[in-house]
Amino acid sequence: MSSVRLEHIHKSFQPRTVSETVVFKDFNLEIEDGTFVSVVGSNGSGKTTMLNMICGNVDPDSGKIFLGDTDLTHLPAYKRTARIGRVFQDPAKGTCASLTVLENLALADNKGQPYGFRRSIDEKRMDVYRHQLQRLHMGLEDKLHVPVGHLSGGQRQALALLIATKSPLDLLVLDEHTAALDPKSAETVMKLTEEIVRKEQVTTIMVTHNLRFAAEYGDRLVMMHEGKSVIDSLGHDKSSYKVSDLLDTFNRISIECGN
Amino acid sequence: MNLGILETILREGFIYGILAMGVYITYKILDFPDLSVEGTFPLGACLCASLIAAGVPAWIALLCSLCAGAIAGMITGLLHVRLKISDLLSGILVMTALWSVNLIVTGGTAIKQFFGLPTIFTSLPASLLPERMGFSRKLYVIIVLVLLIKLVLDWFLQTKLGLILRAEGDNDSFVTGLGVDSGKIRIFGLSIGNALAALSGGILAQVSENADINMGKGIVVLALASVILGSTLLGKTKLKPTTIAVAGALLYKLCLQVALLLKLPSNYLKLLMAVLLTGAILLDRVKSRKEARS
Repeated sequence: MSSVRLEHIHKSFQPRTVSETVVFKDFNLEIEDGTFVSVVGSNGSGKTTMLNMICGNVDPDSGKIFLGDTDLTHLPAYKRTARIGRVFQDPAKGTCASLTVLENLALADNKGQPYGFRRSIDEKRMDVYRHQLQRLHMGLEDKLHVPVGHLSGGQRQALALLIATKSPLDLLVLDEHTAALDPKSAETVMKLTEEIVRKEQVTTIMVTHNLRFAAEYGDRLVMMHEGKSVIDSLGHDKSSYKVSDLLDTFNRISIECGN
Repeated sequence: MNLGILETILREGFIYGILAMGVYITYKILDFPDLSVEGTFPLGACLCASLIAAGVPAWIALLCSLCAGAIAGMITGLLHVRLKISDLLSGILVMTALWSVNLIVTGGTAIKQFFGLPTIFTSLPASLLPERMGFSRKLYVIIVLVLLIKLVLDWFLQTKLGLILRAEGDNDSFVTGLGVDSGKIRIFGLSIGNALAALSGGILAQVSENADINMGKGIVVLALASVILGSTLLGKTKLKPTTIAVAGALLYKLCLQVALLLKLPSNYLKLLMAVLLTGAILLDRVKSRKEARS
């Protein structure tokens, strides 16, 4: 668990060309320790770029990113992921399709330790895995030996969530993780997310296009537009926001920029 | 078919089986079309030949081939991962560079011979076996070697490192998510693949007691055809992928030998190899389409 700080972030794509797009201009955001933040915003508002900068897939042009006291700005992605868990929009990205459920879990179980010449599957851990899978309520506990590629999108995303949160984390990043699922699976995965986040008390950033999820879940709500946060509400203030309010603001800014 | 021809098929098929296991790792597991084996296969052969000619014990020469292949594979990986050069081009660069390296290793001659000098087939422990037991002693030694390599690879693929290698080819963002440097895993996999290619070249050189710097020509096509043919025909069975790779190589060698028996002029051999690979790819596609429908 740690706070997240983005300080004076500047980021543009294809700089010094005619198609230059400035995503962030002196962007600042601080997320307190243990907070669950929902982030909404239109396409191109910078949500995913922000997540990519936090996780190390995209470098900011200038500015600094902190997780707790650690300066992440120049750390390679794989060193950040030691403390950050991420679930992607695409269920295929958080798991390995050709490996079985068991093999996926065994790999995740070893996170933080060296991947050496010991046997990959520890038979003694089987019951622990079964128990963890049972909590997902997806029937995965009976599918330990099934290749993950054969599972449904909802099952894969639930598994990805379990894998991302298996080891102790400082930050959980959810990148539109319910967007590719059907409404029922989206609901299940969202409830599961809430359960895990509350249980682990982990700082969480959830980017979503689902305004209802954003309003219902989380302690803080941020609406981004053109690289700035246009709504930022916390606690009691947040609970007064209804989906219709959000939609109104959303429409207003969209009309302003001519969409 | 007489015993002599059968022996040739088995002997070369098994040797190419080692190569196929290496290419299985780069092509099937890592999804990396690695052209550097065109250079590492003759590298293993040339190094083995030169070392034996210089009086180095045959087994040590073979071990040197293995290591040289691993280093070359590592360079392909570094070019691709650290310098961000495309997978195909990284392989072409290493393959081209190795052409010179191989000439330097052989001392400038295209063919390096070491007739009559001790090889792994005439040194201990192989020399304890009788010269012929139906087939020649060479074949038995090769089979034991292939079996040994297969068992080591099977064990390796069950370790944590082996599993993360399989994950790497599947989904590198998953590997990154586990806090592991996915580039390093990729480089490691290419090292193993090319180490096995060079080992395979080294053994082939010791069988024929000479090495030819041209012997790498078409080796990628041969190896890929073996791997694809094997996985298409045997992929659905319970066999281990290493076994399937070796079986593919044997089958491929059989096809070539049959063509030669049918009096195909040897000039057409490379053409046939290309046709065989194309056929294997098409067969694989048709089969997976059928399975998707059912």
